[in-house]
Amino acid sequence: MYHKIMVPVDLAHADKLAQALDTAANLSSLYKVPVTYVGVTASTPGPMAHNPAEYEQKLLAFAKEQAERHGIETHGKTVVSHDPAAELDDALVKAVHETKSDLVVMATHIPNVADHVWPSNGGRLATHTDASVFLVRPS
Amino acid sequence: MSDTSTGIPEPEGDAGLIETDYEIGQDNIEAQIGPFGLDIHNPVFAVSAGVIVLFVVVALIFPQQAADFFGWLRPALTSTFDWVFLLAGNIFVIFTVALIFTPYGSIRLGGKEATPDYSYIGWFAMLFAAGMGIGLMFFGVLEPVYHMAISQPLGTPSPFDADGVLIPENVEAARQMGLAATIYHWGLHPWAIYAVLALALALFSYNKGLPLSVRSAFYPILGERVWGWWGHIIDILAVFATLFGLTTSLGIGAQQANAGLEHVFGIPNNLTVQVILIIGITSIALVSVVRGLDGGVKVLSEINMAIAALLLIFVFLVGPTATIVSDFGKGLVAYIVDLPALSNPFGREDTGYMQGWTSFYWAWWISWSPFVGMFIARVSRGRTVREFIICVLLIPSLVCVMWMAVFGGTAIDQVLTSPETSAVKANVIDSYSPELSLFAMLEGLPLAGLTSFIGVVLVIVFFVTSSDSGSLVIDTITAGGKVDAPVPQRVFWASFEGLVAIVLLLGGGLTALQAMVISTGLPFTLVLLAMCWAIFQGLRSEPR
Repeated sequence: MYHKIMVPVDLAHADKLAQALDTAANLSSLYKVPVTYVGVTASTPGPMAHNPAEYEQKLLAFAKEQAERHGIETHGKTVVSHDPAAELDDALVKAVHETKSDLVVMATHIPNVADHVWPSNGGRLATHTDASVFLVRPS
Repeated sequence: MSDTSTGIPEPEGDAGLIETDYEIGQDNIEAQIGPFGLDIHNPVFAVSAGVIVLFVVVALIFPQQAADFFGWLRPALTSTFDWVFLLAGNIFVIFTVALIFTPYGSIRLGGKEATPDYSYIGWFAMLFAAGMGIGLMFFGVLEPVYHMAISQPLGTPSPFDADGVLIPENVEAARQMGLAATIYHWGLHPWAIYAVLALALALFSYNKGLPLSVRSAFYPILGERVWGWWGHIIDILAVFATLFGLTTSLGIGAQQANAGLEHVFGIPNNLTVQVILIIGITSIALVSVVRGLDGGVKVLSEINMAIAALLLIFVFLVGPTATIVSDFGKGLVAYIVDLPALSNPFGREDTGYMQGWTSFYWAWWISWSPFVGMFIARVSRGRTVREFIICVLLIPSLVCVMWMAVFGGTAIDQVLTSPETSAVKANVIDSYSPELSLFAMLEGLPLAGLTSFIGVVLVIVFFVTSSDSGSLVIDTITAGGKVDAPVPQRVFWASFEGLVAIVLLLGGGLTALQAMVISTGLPFTLVLLAMCWAIFQGLRSEPR
């Protein structure tokens, strides 16, 4: 049914992603398709890494850990953005195209008034790519 | 599997990382205020915002006392410490030019394998638009004419006598000095000031792995203490300088745009229109910061530079073209010949020029340096030190010479060839209406209505590009060097700038603000001098 699953991850807040990560892993096992974890980082030093190469190493380690935990095939993809706060959506849209993913599983927040001003990341992905988007609300 | 497999430095070794226990964002507070997330540095965000609010409140409650105090403070600083500013300016030029010729010039910002994030055009447009675009609009006509006829740099006599009658034998020397004295203020020195700060930030962030914050450049001097109060003070000072500089410019820019709108469309020149202009400029800046660096700031900067280039070409072609070409050459030669005398900090007799203009400018550039320098640093990854300095120092200086030759040269020509009818002479020499000088020059050329309208648009868009890039910079500093802090924070800073500008415009506090800009320039001069040493230490420890 699906061929590739993409999961956007914020390594700095990986603890809040458990529900989405488990859902993606279950779908991966069900359809026997690989999961690509996508992280967006700036080229400037950040809390997670001094530079994108270091960030990528951490993301790959994260992907490997998920593979071992769930027994699935995983990959990691780092997208470097000049301005991750404002250009996150564009970076994720680009990643969907580049990874040729047809299902995106991502954590989401409780909708609030800000969503009227800033459309949610998931909504943007659904309108700007052909992939199905599965939004997972933390329990 | 990844698009970062090439062009990114290895995490250790090649780029000479500084080992520190400090983790970026460790002092940050993450909070949720209503629907909006926050990720701010404690205490830099709170202290900066609090003191700025306090300053505005005091300036409004005690307007007379504030006006008296700051009216005294500004000339007191620029006249007492004129030699400090001039001497420091010379040190910055010598230091940066020397780096071009040393082996350190081949060190690449971002590590040996780093590739530039932006093309030359995009990069240059952004650093130029943030650096001084608006100043060229305001001073491009005013300054060459003023220095030619009034301020008499190095004792060069005016081409007009006390009755306004032309003295032919003074014309040539005064004309060249008018251009040379202006180029001095817009050439190597200001760009060297920006280059020092930008290079320090880029080196310590991209190569050493420290947060993109002004304090990081002080690691070689302060060590781990840079993460404590010493660093807080440096970053808070940087926020003050940036916000005060931006709001002052917003206020002045609104006045110039209003003068232009009155000139072109007869729109009344009053506070209401100026407040509407600030709201308009801030609104466009808000859209730009929300769209981000590539989708907003870069696009606007490129549009801006394209319109400015068109206006430049138009004035060059319909103005006195042969004279402009000659002015470019003569102005440049006069600048090079007179540079040692103009930059001499001691024993000067032309104090009107040296203290009233040069010293003021140097303080102004220095107080703007955290903002422009940090912005340049953010978009300069992947350049070598040599390439960086040539592009930040020499090319903008040459563009400024060209701009002054075209706009200033045309204005000077109008003043000298028809002094009786020249609108420039009427608005700069006979009476002093600096905000009208650009439009007065355009009035003497064909299609004045159209070009003046373009001039107003340029003034406004230049302010937008300063406001949006400034908001990004303040946001980064107050988020402890994180560039991915929640977007509402930058919206807050861009709105806050507009609000402070409006409040001070209504309350008459712009003079106080200008004095504050100059006041932050003095301590920052010492900060920049220390940075030169830090850069040297940082470059020495880089693998070559």
